[in-house]
Amino acid sequence: MTRNASTSATDASVAAAPAMLHAVRKTYGAQRALDGVDLRLARGQLLALLGPNGAGKSTAIALLLGLTRADAGTVRLFGADPQTLAPRRRIGVMLQNSALPDTLRVGELLRMTANYYPRPRALAECAELAGIGDLLPRPYGKLSGGEQRRVQFALALCGRPEVMFLDEPTVGMDIAARERLWATLRALVGEGCAVLLTTHYLEEAEALADRVVVLAQGCVLAAGSVEELRARSAGARIRCRSALDADTLRAWPGVQSCACAAGVLTLSVREPEPVLRRLLAEDATLGALEVRRAGLAEAFAELTREAA
Amino acid sequence: MSAVQSLPLPHLLRIYALDAYYEFLRVLRTPGAALPMLVFPAMFYLLFGVVFAGRNAQQAVYVLGSMAAFGVMSPGLFGFGIGVAVDRERGVLTLKRALPVPPAAYLLAKMAMALLFALLIFVILALLAVVLGGVRLAPLQWLGLLGAMLLGVLPFCAIGLLIGSRASAQAAPAIANLIYLPMSFLSGLWVPLSAMPHLLQRVAPLWPAWYLGELSLRAVGMARAPMWPPIAALLLFTAVFFALAVRRLRRSG
Repeated sequence: MTRNASTSATDASVAAAPAMLHAVRKTYGAQRALDGVDLRLARGQLLALLGPNGAGKSTAIALLLGLTRADAGTVRLFGADPQTLAPRRRIGVMLQNSALPDTLRVGELLRMTANYYPRPRALAECAELAGIGDLLPRPYGKLSGGEQRRVQFALALCGRPEVMFLDEPTVGMDIAARERLWATLRALVGEGCAVLLTTHYLEEAEALADRVVVLAQGCVLAAGSVEELRARSAGARIRCRSALDADTLRAWPGVQSCACAAGVLTLSVREPEPVLRRLLAEDATLGALEVRRAGLAEAFAELTREAA
Repeated sequence: MSAVQSLPLPHLLRIYALDAYYEFLRVLRTPGAALPMLVFPAMFYLLFGVVFAGRNAQQAVYVLGSMAAFGVMSPGLFGFGIGVAVDRERGVLTLKRALPVPPAAYLLAKMAMALLFALLIFVILALLAVVLGGVRLAPLQWLGLLGAMLLGVLPFCAIGLLIGSRASAQAAPAIANLIYLPMSFLSGLWVPLSAMPHLLQRVAPLWPAWYLGELSLRAVGMARAPMWPPIAALLLFTAVFFALAVRRLRRSG
């Protein structure tokens, strides 16, 4: 699923993809940032790019924005070289470490950026979508980190983009702001906008992504839907207080591991139902029961552990 | 910085105009950075062109020419040198490169500010020279001086851009000063070259500011040399430094 799924995307369908990398290599000095990466972002798709620090996520975005050139391979934005202006008029951008002029007010920054695009959104609409209506008259430099992030999000969507590149968009945001950004993203994707998002928050990918690509050390480790990636990990996690001891439980069929901490047992199991049935049958005092399907976090941890 | 320009002209002009307007607001809101550029030439003119000149009418005119040259070196050197270094370091340039804006918009906005400063310096110096220095020039001479100053801004914008493309934000002001003060001295803007050692007179044509001084002194009637060689030299310096800076920015962002 990992390599095949992504390399098979190099045929005819690629031409229609708004953004794609094919067999891309990029090194910075001695460091290999990307080593033969294929990536394809389809219309109306939210693709989450995951990976530990230094995996190559930001490099992939920098290439697609034309900020840097690949050493080998193909980089295409709407079928064109992203270093030209025309394809970039159809995208919106939120970078990780990019400041804006401190002395300009939020409304001025929005007007300036919207002016670059052929069919920009109205100022009020941008402010509404990004939830920054109250920030418009304030100088950018006086805003908190989370507020600045929201402003950057407004700048990313002000050009009515067909593709948005968001590099760790919710870092520094409070929970309300983050949920709002998620809701806006869902609405935009619903209207056909494609989004390439990098994040460290797995729950963000889980909540939003149609497709997840896991990068590590410059290679694609896995690609697929959230469901597909979850399926790669152990089935479920059971936590409970029980009179049974961990060693006994470890011997049960279907139990992959069992640990006991502060009187709470944690079991990893492939299928939760048979184990649960037996647990309840053998221990009438069993309490504080909690069953959870393995999430993206477990799958991600396993994947990156395998790679390391 | 290698975007192929594919915008319709009206939209392109709208981008240039609005970017220049917001650059103007930025400058207006940080007066601390801009004021010295206006104050220093005025102060030195008062000192050397009015107080020390006494009744020497020649000196009042000569200092007008040399301070005009000295004055228009700084908007380019500092405006570009520090401005670009800061924008580069903070990632403002990276974002600009990702956005669908031609790189020229950023450069033209900054250049427009430098030209605006040259105009302001011209007005301030002219007022001081006429009111306090008793200087009288023909209209064409004033026009020639203004022309020399506006042209003289350009090579220093290019040098400033080269500083900004390489130096850190912290180092840029020091580097700009290290170029500004020695070069203006070696070009005879402080002490006439004729009063300097022979060797310094011989190497003066190495400095862009020397050509600028020749041009502005000629405009006020203090030099007789032909006009075109210094103009050509200033344009050549502009082209060379600009090319070096752009090559650097393309590579590093």
